[in-house]
Amino acid sequence: MHVIVPTHLRSYTRGESEVEANGATLAEVLLHLEARFPGIRFRVVDEQDRIRPHVKFFVGGEETNALDTPVGEREVQIVAALSGG
Amino acid sequence: MASLSEAHMAQTVLFISTRKGLWTLRTDSDDRQTFRLEGPQHLGSIVHHTVQDPRGGRTLLAAMRTGHLGPAVMRSVDGGKTWKESPKPPVFPKGEARARAVDHVFWLTPGHASQPDVWYAGTSPQGLFRSDDGGITWGPVSGYNDHADQAKWAGGDKDQTPDGGKLHSILVDPRDARHLYVGMSGGGFFESTDEGASWQPLSRGVENHHLPKLPDGQEHTFGDDPHCVAMHPLRPDRLWQQNHFGIYRLDRDKGDRWTRVGRAMPKEVGDIGFPMVIHPRDPETVWVFPMDGTDVWPRTSPGGKPALYVTRDGGESWLRQDGGLPENQAWWTVKRQAMAADARDPVGLYLGTTSGEVWGSVDEGRSFTCLARHLPQIYAVTVA
Repeated sequence: MHVIVPTHLRSYTRGESEVEANGATLAEVLLHLEARFPGIRFRVVDEQDRIRPHVKFFVGGEETNALDTPVGEREVQIVAALSGG
Repeated sequence: MASLSEAHMAQTVLFISTRKGLWTLRTDSDDRQTFRLEGPQHLGSIVHHTVQDPRGGRTLLAAMRTGHLGPAVMRSVDGGKTWKESPKPPVFPKGEARARAVDHVFWLTPGHASQPDVWYAGTSPQGLFRSDDGGITWGPVSGYNDHADQAKWAGGDKDQTPDGGKLHSILVDPRDARHLYVGMSGGGFFESTDEGASWQPLSRGVENHHLPKLPDGQEHTFGDDPHCVAMHPLRPDRLWQQNHFGIYRLDRDKGDRWTRVGRAMPKEVGDIGFPMVIHPRDPETVWVFPMDGTDVWPRTSPGGKPALYVTRDGGESWLRQDGGLPENQAWWTVKRQAMAADARDPVGLYLGTTSGEVWGSVDEGRSFTCLARHLPQIYAVTVA
């Protein structure tokens, strides 16, 4: 499926704003992304497998806070840095 | 004619770590009069500390937080021209009972000279980590992070600095690689004599107005707030501490109780501050940068008149040094990692301000000139 990558993470995706990934769940998609783009997973999920504050995931347009959310062929969008200054 | 190595020694490089990235100030001149500003690198990332390996190695490490995207250690082996992210950064063990996650890497310390690939890192929340491969991969110092009393030492949310508790001032005894100290804001000062396997508090004598007094003249042994602690390399038994509540000295060969030498500071200035900078050759000489710790703790230069204070007699007396600094209406201060000395003679002093200026002195603090301005808030100034 398509994964939409925010500007913040494109240093990992070699500048790509959309990449392809596989996985039955969001967690599997992130592992697949990590294998292709080392380091990207830790930017959005901490060492206790918690989604970082100010990072959001949308699966098929629906926001989810759970890494075990089924993905199927739906589009995944990562949104980062909702606040700052 | 100067040899190539001597010519290289004449170069002074300052790494300016800021809330928005990393800048470098560099001079090739012996008189250190003209610095050129280079950067930014890592623009938009919060850079807490950038440290060049002093052990002859080429490793340069930067501790940073990529905005909301978590902590990172960046590594360069070409003096900062190019950087690579550590593929295994400091993290707490997955699934640990306390479920801690590193928010940011705050402090970096090169290991003992006999262990040229060892580095230590301090994090927020307070954790101690070690690398054995020059900063590429990191693991926890479990003897500290998982110590039965560590949660009690570190305290709760109300005991921390505004953006989270920090482990800092990681000191390695140049006589013994197994002898380590760390400071925690908040939490206190701690010592290990077995390379981090076990730890003991070392805060006796430090005043702590954050906790109720104990009965019968007993002292709190932890729970205070060291801001910055320095060990003199030529007299490692001598420790200097800028604490939340004063300036202290401890000579370990004479005991384990800190003495508040800041009592000798002028009353109208006080002895509150962040940085503590040692003279590279004289254990009796240190510099501090006082801030306003009265009333509601504005944490600005007292009266808007920034100044360093230097002692040259082990803290018996203190001399104001403000030559060239703004005379008034300058309300910045200097964070704990943002003041540094070079190893030249006379010693050069450099400080970075919360308002994004870098000031330098080539005469041991007698007079300062502004080396850079309009940078983001400065978190650290280090000399390579």
